[in-house]
Amino acid sequence: MNERLSSQRFLALPFGLWAVLFIVLPLFFVLWNGLKDVDGGFTLVHLQTVLQWEYLKALGLSVELALISTFICLVLAYPLCLILRERKESRGLLVFLLFLLPLWMNSLLTTMAWQTILEKHGLINMFLQLLGLPEVHIINTPLAIIIGMVYNFLPYMVLPLYVAINRIDNSIIEAARDLGANPYQTFRRVLLPLSMPGIVSGSTMVFIPALTTFVISALLGGNKVLLVGNIIEQEFTAAYDWQLGSALSMVLMVFIILNILLEAFTDNGETARQTKKGRA
Amino acid sequence: MEKELLRLERVNKSYDGRQILEDLDLTIHENEFVTLLGPSGCGKTTILRMIGGFETPDSGKIWFDGQDITNLQPEKRQVNTVFQKYSLFSHMDVAENIAFGLKLKGKSASYIRDKIKYALKLVNLDGYEHARVTQMSGGQQQRIAIARAIVNEPKVLLLDEPLSALDLKLRQNMQRELVKIKRELGITFVFVTHDQEEALSMSDTVVVMNQGWIQQIGTPENVYNEPENAFVADFIGDSNIIDGIMVRDKLVHLLGKDIPCINTGFGENVPVDVQIRPEDIQICAPEEGQFTGRIKQVVFKGTVYDITIEAGGFEWLVQTITGHEQGKEVGIKLAASNIQIMAKPESEDEEAVSDE
Repeated sequence: MNERLSSQRFLALPFGLWAVLFIVLPLFFVLWNGLKDVDGGFTLVHLQTVLQWEYLKALGLSVELALISTFICLVLAYPLCLILRERKESRGLLVFLLFLLPLWMNSLLTTMAWQTILEKHGLINMFLQLLGLPEVHIINTPLAIIIGMVYNFLPYMVLPLYVAINRIDNSIIEAARDLGANPYQTFRRVLLPLSMPGIVSGSTMVFIPALTTFVISALLGGNKVLLVGNIIEQEFTAAYDWQLGSALSMVLMVFIILNILLEAFTDNGETARQTKKGRA
Repeated sequence: MEKELLRLERVNKSYDGRQILEDLDLTIHENEFVTLLGPSGCGKTTILRMIGGFETPDSGKIWFDGQDITNLQPEKRQVNTVFQKYSLFSHMDVAENIAFGLKLKGKSASYIRDKIKYALKLVNLDGYEHARVTQMSGGQQQRIAIARAIVNEPKVLLLDEPLSALDLKLRQNMQRELVKIKRELGITFVFVTHDQEEALSMSDTVVVMNQGWIQQIGTPENVYNEPENAFVADFIGDSNIIDGIMVRDKLVHLLGKDIPCINTGFGENVPVDVQIRPEDIQICAPEEGQFTGRIKQVVFKGTVYDITIEAGGFEWLVQTITGHEQGKEVGIKLAASNIQIMAKPESEDEEAVSDE
């Protein structure tokens, strides 16, 4: 008994080591850098700097674009997963894998590809010119960033959503119809609540990388649209202000932790919450 | 017989080129407990799904209370289904599951409350309103599924092998309860099963099916005692089915001997299937029997012994309450009234297949 316990501990050692080296220590350095003054004492000065207008604006814009991208991903992925659910055979799987394809491509490359599509003399404007239509200005706007985010992060929405929706047995849908629900009511009262875990984890998996990205915003936003990820990057690589960069990271982490808490809460409390809502 | 409620008229259905139902006619009456009985793939579930609205026949019509409902959406039919896998809504508690249909119909809160209370009492689960369905046993979940269906006051309740996932004891309890519920509600039950015992013990009418064809429709006693063909005889209960020749009315030539029976109207010198139930065979002293043979095997089954006797070139299955000695020389006696004569099948489709 004891022997087995100790061998289990021994096997867990690499993972413990991993957690300490790559999760706990970096986190500690961020906190340490963000909260220390020049003499190494405790200070909130860097956090106060974050409260300046330009940083708050970048943070607000980041949250806004991340939310919009998440929403678009959800709206695109949900009908797709419903369609894939209908045809569970191999053909459905093939389409499913097709939508996961961007995952296997380097996101830097795909984003640069979008750059050439969206830029001033890019593919879209060339096409519009051929048709004699006026040019559109997409590159270096928030719209370009949203397009890049949706393209890169859609698979993260499709994956958990597909799993959640596919798990719903067809007889559950038939039971709803049998009890008098029309197709919309079946969707609203049965399909949607039962797929909620997939919606929440998909949204989390899109929202967090969208909130923290700096590659997509750098390539598609130029220097015109600054997201919090870009500011943090510049603080570390250009301005060498590690303290401010860490403080900004800490603020960002609050959002991420909130998001993860929301997911954990939904996993446990989803049914209870639905219960209350149904009764009202 | 009560008034006709539901009628399937020349219904055809095939999947991927395979014919499931062919020109099927079936009439179901008010307040009838009808069981569709047959091996898997015989089309019984397809019939149920057509009545429920989840399948549409390729051709033919379905009439409900004088109206053509062949293409009506499931939510608009006055029938409700109890599914094989219960199919409860796991994101709702017991009361919400039961209230699902009533809320959609816009019933008042007090009406819904009363209905839930009544339904839970009916299925012996009072006080379970706020239990989580995922934490209930299979038997309890199935009762909730029944309660959820009947609160909508359907004219027909469809039950798709609802007891097949339950263990034996529970299944027998639920059989009795279903009959009780049926009596209380006074509505039509259409019950699908492959379990012949279930079909016999619960139904008013048994519809025996095989390969998309109805083999026989009758009361449980009817299909058990007077099977119309070898498939029905073989599928329902244990049977000895022997090739014979009907010599004339009330006399059949069986395994080299002329044996008196009570059937008439088959003609003279016509090949027939002869069915004798194992419990209808009497074991006697060798000199008293119509056939003599040796006991090959004795198996104790609890209430009866299954005894295999080799006599007249046939292996007879005999069921007795008392045990017999293996290897003993015995006689077999058949009462004329216990011999059932059946016409030979005309097509291969009706050929007997063995029980699952």
